[in-house]
This record gives sequence, C-alpha cells and structure tokens, in this order.
Amino acid sequence: MEHVSLPERVVRGFLIALIVLFFLFPIFWIFLMSFQTNEDILRIPPSLFFTPTLSNYSALITGKLVSTAGTLDIAFMKNLWNSVLLSTASVFIALILGVPAAYAFARFKFRLGEDIAFTLLSFRFAPPLLVLLPLSLYFQQLGLTDTYIGLIWVYQLIALPLILWIVRGYFEDLSPDIEYAYRVAGHSWWRTFTRIAIPLAGPGIAAAGLLAFIFCWNNFVFALILASAEKQPVTVGALAFVTASGIQYGQIAAAIVLSVAPTLALALYAQRYLVEGLSLGAVKG
Amino acid sequence: MANLEIRSVSKEFKTGKVLDRISLAADNGEIVAVFGPSGSGKTVLLRLIAGVEQPDEGTILLGGRDVTDRAPETRGVGMAFQNFALFPHMSAFDNVASALTAHKVPRDVIRAKVEKVAALLKIDHVLQHAPRELSNGQKQRTALARALVAEPKILLLDDPLRNVDAKLRYEMRLELPSLLKASGSTVLYVTQDYKEAMALGDRIAVLSDRNFAQIDRPAEIYRTPATLNVASLFGDPTINLMPVEPWTSSAGPKIGIGGAELSLPPGYGHMAGNACVLGLRAENILVEDMASPESLPVEVVAVTPLNERTLLLLRTDDGREILASEAGTNEAPRRHGPAFARFDAEAVLLFDPASGRRIVPQSA
Repeated sequence: MEHVSLPERVVRGFLIALIVLFFLFPIFWIFLMSFQTNEDILRIPPSLFFTPTLSNYSALITGKLVSTAGTLDIAFMKNLWNSVLLSTASVFIALILGVPAAYAFARFKFRLGEDIAFTLLSFRFAPPLLVLLPLSLYFQQLGLTDTYIGLIWVYQLIALPLILWIVRGYFEDLSPDIEYAYRVAGHSWWRTFTRIAIPLAGPGIAAAGLLAFIFCWNNFVFALILASAEKQPVTVGALAFVTASGIQYGQIAAAIVLSVAPTLALALYAQRYLVEGLSLGAVKG
Repeated sequence: MANLEIRSVSKEFKTGKVLDRISLAADNGEIVAVFGPSGSGKTVLLRLIAGVEQPDEGTILLGGRDVTDRAPETRGVGMAFQNFALFPHMSAFDNVASALTAHKVPRDVIRAKVEKVAALLKIDHVLQHAPRELSNGQKQRTALARALVAEPKILLLDDPLRNVDAKLRYEMRLELPSLLKASGSTVLYVTQDYKEAMALGDRIAVLSDRNFAQIDRPAEIYRTPATLNVASLFGDPTINLMPVEPWTSSAGPKIGIGGAELSLPPGYGHMAGNACVLGLRAENILVEDMASPESLPVEVVAVTPLNERTLLLLRTDDGREILASEAGTNEAPRRHGPAFARFDAEAVLLFDPASGRRIVPQSA
C-alpha cells in the first residue's frame, strides 16, 4: 500500500467518495426527513435547514397518528416486534436445520445429494409469487394462515438455501484431516462436529445467518399475502402510512430509520467475526 | 505376538488401485519405516490403520483385535498427519491435550502429561500460542506431541519431518529413535527419504507398485535388495547398473566389462549364459592409478568433491558410465584422465532383467 503514488491516491479517494455518496445519500436524506414535518418535506425547493421535530417518532412509538383528518391507530411497534420475532425464529430454525445439512453435503457423497442441494437452491431463483397462490390455499386448509408458525415456515424458503449453500462452502474449505485428527485422538463423530467443524466454520455460519436475517427482515410479499395486521412485519406495516389524508412521508422516514437500525446494529456487531474468520489458517497446504 | 497386523489389505480409489493385498506385521515396541516413492500409497496405508479410510478387502488387527470395521476413535492409535492437521482455534496446549480429553482424564493429570511431553519435544515455551503463531518446526513438534501424549500402543507417523527445514530434520532424525523407543509404542513411520528410513527403522518396509517389495532390516535392504527397484531407491549416488552376461571359466564365473574380465563369486555359476543386470554401489569401486589383476581401464570424466568423500564419474572403454566414490581424506586430489577401476566382487549384485528380482548366489 505504501507504494501508491499521490495522484493515484487522490483519484482513488475521489472514486470512493463518489460511491459512498451515491449509496449513503438516500439514507442520509431519509434520516433528515424523519425529523421533519410533512410540510417541511414537501417544500420546494427542499432545504437542509428546518426545525427538527420528534413528532414522527413519538407518533410511531405511541401508535397514534395525528393528522388533519383525525387520529389513526397504527401498529408500528407491534410490526417491528413481529419482524424481530419472525426473522430471528426463521434464522434460528434455518441454522439448526441448515448447518448439519450443509455439513452432510460438504463431507459425504450420497445418492441424489447434488440434486437435493440444487433443488434447495432453486427456491432462491423461483419467483415468490409462483408459490404464493397455491401456498395461500394450502395454508387456509391447514389453518396456518396468519400464524407465526406458518410465516416462519415459509421464511425457510428464503433462509434455508442461503445458509445451506454458504456454510457448505466453508465446510468444504476445512481440511478433513483436522477432523480426522480429532477423531483419531478418541473423540466421537458428534463431538468432532460440534468442537471442530462448527467453530472453524463459525465465521461462515455467522455470515450466512446475518445474510439470511436481512433477507427475512426485508421480505414483503409472503407476509403481505399470508398475514393479517396482527402478525405482519414492518415491511408490510409501512403501507399503513398511505392514509386517506395523504402519504405520511415523515412517519415513513422515521419508520425506515427504526426498522433499519436492528439489522445495521447486527451487521456492525458481526463484522469483526466475519473478518476474524478470514485470518484463520494453521494447516500447511 | 504382533501388536499390529495387516492381512491382505486392498484399497482402490477412482484413479486406480493403490494397495493390492498387502500384509505386514509389527511387534510390540518395533519401529517399522514404511518407505516408498511419493504416490506409492504409504499415507493411504496409515489412514487405513487409523480408520480414516476403509479398506476394500482384508483385515486390520491392532493388539490382536480385529478393528477393520471400527470407528477411528475406538482404535486407540496416535497419529501425526503430514500436514500437521492442528486445530487452528485451539492453543498448542489444547491441541496436545485433545488426545487426553476424550478419556475423562483429571485436569491436573492432563496438565502434567502435556507439560512432560512438551518439555521432551522442546515446545514447552510455546504451549499457550495458537498454531498460526508457531514456526513449522514447532507445529510439527506439536503434532508429534499430540500423537505421543496419550502413550498409544500404536503410533502412526506420516512423514513428520517433511515440512521442516534441513537443520531441524537432522536434529530430529537423531532424537526421534530414542524418543520413539522410550514411548514403547509400535511405530509405523512413513517417509520418502531413504536415509530417514535407515536411521529410524528397526525394519524397513519398501512399498512400490501397490505392494511391499521387501520388508527387512535396514542393513539387509542395503546389502541384499530384493529387486532392482529397491536397489536403486536406496543409496546416494544410485547404484550402478550394467547389463552383463556371465560365462564360466576354469576359475569360476566371469563377466566382461569394458574389455576386462572380472571374476564373480562362485555362487553365480548357474547364471552362465543368461543375461543379467549387474548392480554395484559406488563405494564398492576402487579407483587406482596403476593396473592390477581384474581391474579395468577407465577414464575419470568428472570429479565432485563432497568434503567427506569424492564422487567420480568413470567412463569405460566401451562407453559405459560408472559412478564411484572414495573417502575424501586423500592427500592429492583426484585428477581427470585415465585410471583403473577395481570392483569388490563380494559386493556385486545380479538381477534378473525381466522380473527385476535379485539372483541369489547358490551356496556351494
């Protein structure tokens, strides 16, 4: 790095700044919007100077949306909780099912193994609407419509393939000799799996879990069709801000800030584990 | 009773057969060096014994117990992998201790045992380090300590000195025999360095072409190799090989090389008239300035001094090239040019060119 010439460094810095601006400006603008009243937001030309207000946040947190047309109840906090519950439970179950499956696909060759793995991956590239119609019919019959269990089940379509394929790659990168060494030392298969394979694939499992969490959190259509207001996550709940008396941009912005916060915090927290994993390596090739 | 016994074991991979009905038995406390060129299936053999791979056919007995279908953790062997296979997320101490934690050993006993073996292998000062902080030599010693610490009845070492530098390799070659003897284990030591096999093995099992070509004591393997292949794998420089056809004279069997007639020991009389391959090691050729009976005229083409000895490349009158070596303490350095070579007839080996097997001299 120390051999980079000055003009190169300037150009590089400029390009990075450009990219950062492109991606972060909308978020920055939304952050500003969340402290503005609807009148401030809709003023032309827009201004960086305004009197900040917390009314958007207080409306969301108290669940009372006061507008010119009267007071409207919104279940934003409930929706936020639903999102947390649905995403966490989905990722948790997907990890329990997906990590051993990924290990099996990575280590053992069995009949139809590749086909099964590919079928699971294909869930990721089938459009959700394709499965939604038959699924909603089945769910009505089974009584799973508008239940957390039903939603978590459907979310496995998102989380399970992701975890399976990412973690499989990490397991495949582990030298089997490390596991054999532990077994030759007298440890059972299960202990080897939990003490050697899982810790060593840990960064991969964390990355896959994080990614699956974000994908579940951002999902919209499944919950839109299969859940009512009582069970729906924030992505669907945000529709409530399109009211009869106009679109509540301020509240939408505040809702976005609040709903981005948990995933952002999680990503920042997990980041160091993701980086740490890449520097492991005590086996000579 | 043999502590380790392999009966007619075969193993085939997609790329072809690696081991074909091989058998081996090793006694308590014996060190058997498994020697062979790379790719000859030495590592596969160890992995079969450790239970990491399953044989296609055959039986593996450890301590008289058939373990062919048993899981690796039930076999009670210690193994050092060629690539070390240390656990990267554990300290060196925990790596070594992992061989004990499976057996409900009290914590202070584990600590004492790990520290003892670490002191023996001179890694006691790095026990708290992670494997990535260790040098290659320390990694190798850690892997070795992990194999040794549980005092297994059977110890499998897969070319443990391959990845360490030359200085440490020499040191370890000196230290390992007493270390392994002290452990009292039956040791299978895989190597592709013939000097290592000679230095460490009570016996050497030479693996080539999917089976053992010879299993014998190091001196026997060197002096009376079973095949041409074994003869050329052992020795530096490689053994001289020359096609010859003995005949019988009144003074016993003779061969002709470079226009000179040389006598063979009488035991080879039955080979008269058959094409053979003569094998003679460089140190069994004496190079002299003066002609003497049974010496052949040669030209010294190249001289390579190696301090303790000198390698000479000789060319006979009929164009054959022969390597000779002589102790390098001589007063005057050897010069290029004409000289005379005398073969040590007692050290001459004859091989059947078709099968490659050594021809055993018949006793009178």
